[in-house]
Amino acid sequence: MHKSALIDWEKIRADFPILDQQVRDQPLIYFDNAATTQKPRAVIETLRNYYEHDNANVHRGLHELSSRATEAYERSRQRVAEFIGAESEEEIVFTRGTTESINLVAQAWGGKFLRPGNVVLLTEMEHHSNLVPWQLIAEKTGAELRFVPVRDDGTLALEKLSSLLTKEVKMFAFTHISNSLGTINPVTELCARARAIGALTLVDLAQSIGHIPVNVRELGCDLAAFSGHKMAGPTGIGVLYGRREILEAIPPWQGGGEMITSVTLQKTTFKRSPHRFEAGTPDIAGAIGLAAAIDYLERIGRADIFQHDSRLTSYAMERLTEIPSLRLLGPPAPRGALVGFVMAAAHPHDLTTFADQRGLALRGGHHCNQPLMRRFGLPGTTRASFYFYNTLEEIDRMVEILRDAVHFFA
Amino acid sequence: MNSDLEELYQEVILDHSRRPRNFGELPDAGVRVHGDNPSCGDEIHLAVKFGADGAVEDIRFTGQGCAISQASASLMTMKLKGKSRAEATLLLRAFQDLVTSDVAAAPPSLGDLRLLRGVRKFPQRVKCAILSWRAFEQALQTPSGEAAISTEADS
Repeated sequence: MHKSALIDWEKIRADFPILDQQVRDQPLIYFDNAATTQKPRAVIETLRNYYEHDNANVHRGLHELSSRATEAYERSRQRVAEFIGAESEEEIVFTRGTTESINLVAQAWGGKFLRPGNVVLLTEMEHHSNLVPWQLIAEKTGAELRFVPVRDDGTLALEKLSSLLTKEVKMFAFTHISNSLGTINPVTELCARARAIGALTLVDLAQSIGHIPVNVRELGCDLAAFSGHKMAGPTGIGVLYGRREILEAIPPWQGGGEMITSVTLQKTTFKRSPHRFEAGTPDIAGAIGLAAAIDYLERIGRADIFQHDSRLTSYAMERLTEIPSLRLLGPPAPRGALVGFVMAAAHPHDLTTFADQRGLALRGGHHCNQPLMRRFGLPGTTRASFYFYNTLEEIDRMVEILRDAVHFFA
Repeated sequence: MNSDLEELYQEVILDHSRRPRNFGELPDAGVRVHGDNPSCGDEIHLAVKFGADGAVEDIRFTGQGCAISQASASLMTMKLKGKSRAEATLLLRAFQDLVTSDVAAAPPSLGDLRLLRGVRKFPQRVKCAILSWRAFEQALQTPSGEAAISTEADS
């Protein structure tokens, strides 16, 4: 028996105060975890404690509170580095989230290094956050975008990779787990293939970081991005990981306080990374809250979280096929902790409105994946996404509600 | 079943969403408007044939979307067909008020369209109800040919 079977998941669920409530007179079922996860009491109390006792600006004040805030902020950077297997905390840049991390790379790295004729390779399954920033910089620099196609089963068409990964490719940016299909991409292989032709890699870890063990050195990526709020942490804080030599080569992105060593009216010299990329007062509380989320997740263990999430996902896929006219999207297990589906009887928006009236939070729409939806000829899908505090009983209840929806709309 | 949901999805609305009226091509349309609701992915292609006096001689639509957007488009085309430009404009304003403001009584001229009042309790769904009407508003302002609208403003 795997250890995750011995964990008291019910007790863990009780760590999340928000889950204990009624929505429209029914117990809340929160299945929108791919959008954002809920926060355990440990994270909420860390934020409160910081504001009640230690709040001050970082790296400047020569007083006690500023020292405490600075120390806690930098300790959080250290904690993130350990959590993802970075070589040092200097490889960790705090940002507002995955989107900002990718924009930083696209704008600052791309602005300096991309030339007309260069190629940025993406995939057809990227979230808009790993597509639009590249479109913007491609337009500015004359670089070209290419895309690894997605097969009908929701996996990447790896057989096309050789013809796409040519020497013109300077960056290969792709997601670890698809937010609408649940596909887990073979990151290690993709990074090795890119490295072999001298291209850099950037991996979007948004959907994987809180769900499965992630070690950037084992993955072999050059850069990686994720958000705190999708891993039980606060909103407003995220991370850009970059190998030391790569971050050092990227020029500053935003200018301001915090990121300088000396400033005259004409000229400024900049700090080294990561501080060079953190202009202005950062989200200090957010970083500290993120470290608290990391502590919390590590107490459970991501391998066990993945086991538990996988059990929920497999069970959901099995039960959903009982509903007539429901079609599941994406590959079979192992996959991310989400199921996307379409139903002939009801449009995703009607379905999510219906579910919401029963206290069930689903997501309906294009999931910031418009090109992918077009690829599958769908206006949108309905998505149920899970985290370790969800239960098999909640999935049973979802199936019941979806059956009612079929009767209601058909 | 709760009452807000039943008010939103009344039988007439579900019927129009399952079997939309005036659904299909209109080969001799003078104006075609493509309407887009990017937040949902709802799409409508509205085709209008205005008479010499500006009246709505014929109006049809194609597209895909949720029950609310389909039913609203279906009911709209039924209501507008044969209306003068001035009448159509009044109906357009009346419908916009119906789904967005808290007017006490909906004008009887709207007929079954009044059933769409239920969307006011679902703010995220107002755009679904209004999509086809925004397309028609654009058609009124387009002398001939094609145009496009979106429920989200593009920059």
